[in-house]
Order: sequence, then C-alpha cells, then structure tokens
Amino acid sequence: MQYSVTSLVKQALRGHQGWPEAFRHPEPRKHYDVVIIGGGGHGLATAYYLAKEHGITNVAVLEKGWIGSGNTGRNTTIVRSNYLLNSEIPLLEWSLKLWEGLSAELNYNVMFSQRGVLDIFHTDGQRDEAVRRGNAMIMNGVDAVMLDRRQVLEMMPLVDANNGRFPVLGGLLQPRAGSARHDAVVWGYARAADRLGVDIIQNCEVTGFERDASGRMTGVETSRGRIGAGKVAVCVAGHTSQVMQMAGIKLPVESHKLQAFVSEAVKPCVDTVATFGVGHLYVSQSDKGGLVFGGMLDGYNSFAQRGNLPIVEDVAEAMMMFLPSLGRVRLLRHWAGVVDMTMDGSPYICKTPVEGLYLNGGWNYTGFKAIPGAAWCFAHTVAKDAPHKYNAPFHLDRFAEGRPVDATGGGPFPNHH
Amino acid sequence: MRIPCPLCGDRPLEEFVYRGDATLTRPAADAPMEAWVDYVYLRDNPKGPHREHWRHAQGCGSWLIVDRNTVTHEITQAIQARPGGEVQR
Repeated sequence: MQYSVTSLVKQALRGHQGWPEAFRHPEPRKHYDVVIIGGGGHGLATAYYLAKEHGITNVAVLEKGWIGSGNTGRNTTIVRSNYLLNSEIPLLEWSLKLWEGLSAELNYNVMFSQRGVLDIFHTDGQRDEAVRRGNAMIMNGVDAVMLDRRQVLEMMPLVDANNGRFPVLGGLLQPRAGSARHDAVVWGYARAADRLGVDIIQNCEVTGFERDASGRMTGVETSRGRIGAGKVAVCVAGHTSQVMQMAGIKLPVESHKLQAFVSEAVKPCVDTVATFGVGHLYVSQSDKGGLVFGGMLDGYNSFAQRGNLPIVEDVAEAMMMFLPSLGRVRLLRHWAGVVDMTMDGSPYICKTPVEGLYLNGGWNYTGFKAIPGAAWCFAHTVAKDAPHKYNAPFHLDRFAEGRPVDATGGGPFPNHH
Repeated sequence: MRIPCPLCGDRPLEEFVYRGDATLTRPAADAPMEAWVDYVYLRDNPKGPHREHWRHAQGCGSWLIVDRNTVTHEITQAIQARPGGEVQR
C-alpha cells in the first residue's frame, strides 16, 4: 500500500483497523542470488538498492534478532558530511544527498531534519583546524559556513560563552546536516525492499559459510537451516570480526563500545546538533524533547553492551561545562553499542579474498549517517563485482599498500580514532 | 571495572591506559611485509578471553599483561609485562 493523504483519510474513516503489515515475514527459500547478513540499516538498504538500482530482487536479508535491533537503534542519529579527506568526503556527501530525498524515495517518513551540525571551537588552534576542514568541504562541493562568536551564541544561547579557560571563539556549521529517526530508516528500507520482492528473514542467525571446491561462496548455514547463495554480503556491526572469521578472514578491526545518553524531555532549547570542542561531546534534542548526547569510546576491547562509569562522569562533566543551565536535567536512558573500530577510523566497503563474499563493515561510530550512501555503493560493488569510485578507497588491502584513510592521523590504534 | 595491579593492588579503571592485544609478536626486522601487516593491523578481536596490555599510567607506571573477558569484563590475571614480571610480589 502506498502511504499518502488519501490512504491516511481512508484508514482514519475505518478507525485505522485496515493498515496492512509494512512487510512480509516469509519462510526462507532454498536459494537466493544474494544473501545479506545483517538486518540493520546497511543490510536492508543494500537489499533495497540491489533491487532498485540493479534489478536483483531474488535477495534475502538474514537478521539474527529483529530488524534494527543492533546499532541502527543504538546511535545518536546524527547525519553529516563534514569530513576532511578527499577520499572520504564524496561517499559521505553522496549519502547526505540520498538522505535529502529519502522520505519521498521510500514513501516513508524518516523524519530527516536538516537542522545543521555546529562544531564550536575555543582556541586558535581549533579555529585553524575548522578553517582547514571547512575549506576541504567546500572544495568537495559540501556546504560549510564559518560562524563568529556572536553567530554561534545566536544559534546556541545556552552555551557557556565566557568560560575563562575555553571561551567560545566561533564555529564551523554544516547547514544541510542534521538528524533523522533511526527506527524509521530501518522500517522504511525494510518496507521498500520488501515491496520490490526482497525476503526479510528475522530470528535467523548465520552459523557458518558453505563453499565449493574452488573456495567460492555457495551458501550459508543458519539457525533456520541451509540457504544457498550466489553471493553473500556481510553487513553486521559489532561482530564483523566473528562473522568474517567463519570464512577464515582476519580483519583489521577491534570491537569497542560507545555510550549514548538521553535526558528527560524538556522544552525546545537545542535546535541544531552542537559539538563541544573542549571535551569530546555532541548534543542534539529529539523531537520528543530529550537531549541526546554522547562522548568518547570506553577505550578497550569489549562486546558488552553496557558502559563504564568513568565515561559517564566524563560526559556529564563536559555537559556541565558546555550547557551549565541544563545541570538539573535528569538522565532518562543510557546505553552502549558495540562498534567495529578499524585501524584508520574508516570503513570497509569491498570485495574480500573469498570469491562471492562481500563486506560492508568497520564503521567505527559513524555508520548511521552513511546508511544510504554506503549501501548504495555496496549494492553497486556486489552487483558489478567492482567498487564504485566513491567506495574504491575503502578496501581491505589499503594498509598493506600504505594507503590508510586516516583523517585524524592517529595511526593503527582503534581506540584513538 | 578495577584492575588488580601486581604492585599497587586493585585500582580503578581511570588510572590505566589501554594499548591492546598482548599476544602479538613483533616480527624480525627483515621479515616479509605480510608479517608486518599482520602484526601492525590484523587482530583476532576475540569475543571472550583476551590477553591485553594496560599501563598503570596514573599509578606505578608499570606495563601490565591483563587477562580479561571482553564480554563479562572479568579479570582473571594481571602481571607485569617486563621479563620476569610473572613473579608477583
């Protein structure tokens, strides 16, 4: 059913009793042209673009829990393309462009709100860094605006402007950036893929790979039996190492955890996505009124979806420095997601050494914003057996070749990116 | 999380700095490139027991080898990383 004003009126007159399910719940078939492992944003979007852009509709998305139960539902929903390197900006900017038309494309309101991302700086060094980043963005066709102190305080009047040690000097604004409703992205892609014929199979955990004598992928073993596959595309987050090890591939990945926080609902007071240059802190306000914010990684390998208290304290302190008038606001929820941190802070969207096995993973903590663009490129890679130019830099051999995509220059230390 | 430093006893997490996998062995200087790529970039990233390097940076400064479970965060052993470090005081 196409969602529209007409369908809404019709259903309203029937007391909303006649809405059909957004997508089917099929039994797995014996064989698919492409099996996608992971029913999060990336997996579902990959299925959608395979069907829509490349006409490959005999596709299954296998999800071990329910769709969107992983990191797509555990992030701070920020969408932006304010990156630094020429190798990474085109991918993220393409993703942002897809975001801009996504609700109409999917016939599903993903509540993409272009309220801007404002990186506030507090020292001369940070200002130089912001100018450099802004220029890199503009040279790649991305919108970037330098704001002075007065303009920042007009946008963010609650910021402590006169902190003696770190006064507000200005900010780098990307006006087209913003945030979106993360669950809606999953449901929208699932529904749109399903309408094109993709099977979405939940509660189906992949337990092994099946390969022929030449080593080529021929199928997957799952908790719901064997499923044959022409190609297998991996889109899992947090456990990419574990899935790829079943195919004998060791990855440049460490799993870490990142915490996020939501406060009780308050009246609108933060109408952009603001980052605080002194600590590592990013804040936005959800449509329900809760302040959504987060800080740094916990800093050590972990698969526990719970955070440690020193980071909670660190983030709370940063909030008190940044927005002191919100000091009495109570924390409502707090959680941690397991993120695949890579050796240069950039993802892998590529073919793998195993014929017929493809990888979209290692998204560090930047996977949500990249869902449309990365999945679009990944579908291209799977369908054509070759990367698109936007994802060409993000392959597994880049370390051996001396071509890491390392925007921070942090080196091979995943907990420093 | 507390880490039992062999010199200082149980100390809070904030005092420690994490380095990573302690099971990696540095290749010989003339080892082939693949061995170096493996050492510098590739990780087992186990879900479960993990042997890792921590430094008691805000304490005694020792480099430690800590056996920790990456799911439960339970620490079963912490010894000094230097040769002979397995001798606990």
